[in-house]
Amino acid sequence: MNTTPSQTVGPYLSIGLPWPDGPDVVAEGVAGALWLHGVVTDGAGEPIPDALIETWQADPDGRFDHPDDPRGAVAGFRGFGRCPTDDSGRYGIRTLKPGPVPGPDGAPQAPHIDVSVFARGLLHRVVTRIYFADEQRANAADAVLASVPEARRATLLAVPDQTGYRFDIRLQGDDETVFFAI
Amino acid sequence: MRAPAQAPLLLPHTLTEVTGPLLGEGRVTAADADLTHHAGGEAQGQRIIVHGQVRDSDGRPVPDTLVEVWQANAGGRYLHKWDQHDSPIDPHFLGVGRALTDSVGRYRFVTIKPGAYPWRNHFNAWRPAHIHFSVFGRAFTQRLVTQMYFPDDPLFPHDPIYNSVPEAARHRMVSRFDLAETVEEWALGFEFDIVLRGREATPMEES
Repeated sequence: MNTTPSQTVGPYLSIGLPWPDGPDVVAEGVAGALWLHGVVTDGAGEPIPDALIETWQADPDGRFDHPDDPRGAVAGFRGFGRCPTDDSGRYGIRTLKPGPVPGPDGAPQAPHIDVSVFARGLLHRVVTRIYFADEQRANAADAVLASVPEARRATLLAVPDQTGYRFDIRLQGDDETVFFAI
Repeated sequence: MRAPAQAPLLLPHTLTEVTGPLLGEGRVTAADADLTHHAGGEAQGQRIIVHGQVRDSDGRPVPDTLVEVWQANAGGRYLHKWDQHDSPIDPHFLGVGRALTDSVGRYRFVTIKPGAYPWRNHFNAWRPAHIHFSVFGRAFTQRLVTQMYFPDDPLFPHDPIYNSVPEAARHRMVSRFDLAETVEEWALGFEFDIVLRGREATPMEES
């Protein structure tokens, strides 16, 4: 069957998409909780105030609460975060750092989080992955990161800071974030 | 200034991409699928019923998936601080709804037919009436945000967003008038089926 085409979320996505608990992959006070946060900017370096970030990830053991995980679903970790950008283009997701997830060949992937970016002006969502700058050994062995030209790899690395990790997303231009076709 | 300039790199499908968020449990009530009542009153405009089935491109129904909608009111105005269109706000219409598909992928909303509205993209630019749809599917790869249009809208030839999709695929965004779902003396029915990616689908969607 032919798929339904994608269309832009338009400027009014905040009517229908955000949830009060969208940014809370885990609740406040959960041990190990951190803020994954950053700014979404356009090709001119201007912050985008009408974008929406969605994240999907494994739990700290590298497991998914999903029936298609062949190891069996582990209930209790939503794994999903959703946050609109504010007037300064900022988003923030409260979550736990994921564990390594098996890759297609069985080799472990470095800890990572899948990300969708929706915004007025994008006909399709764009997709990227967040890796963690302090996982140097795991990152060096990761097949997806190895497929990214070395000069652009840093655009996929979240950098530790006081509240968790900072991950900025540049939709276009110098240091454009690497986006993936899935 | 927003669409990436560089070509996307191919991401192999790992467990992260073939799984996805399972949402809606405790998040959706039956009342969320009726957009026509708010603040103690009934929304203005033509009542419609929008229903359909969510399947993947292998033809399999997608059960228990969250469908979210948002739209303008009957006068073509969104309840949003940025929308300054000179058309009345309807105090009884928020323009937002949610539903979960049932065990065979079906969903149903009761709402008001949205009006066309001007958007200044070019001279005398009006968007065809549409309802925004967001669907998760069962995998990260199946996530879809789209717009549902109404049959035979005279604005189709003039709308860059509708026409951003290859011509052969545009009809898949257009609902079908459905007399069987139309309720006598109450509301018109429209059917809008949604097809998400399948397991083996390549990134070349919309072909």
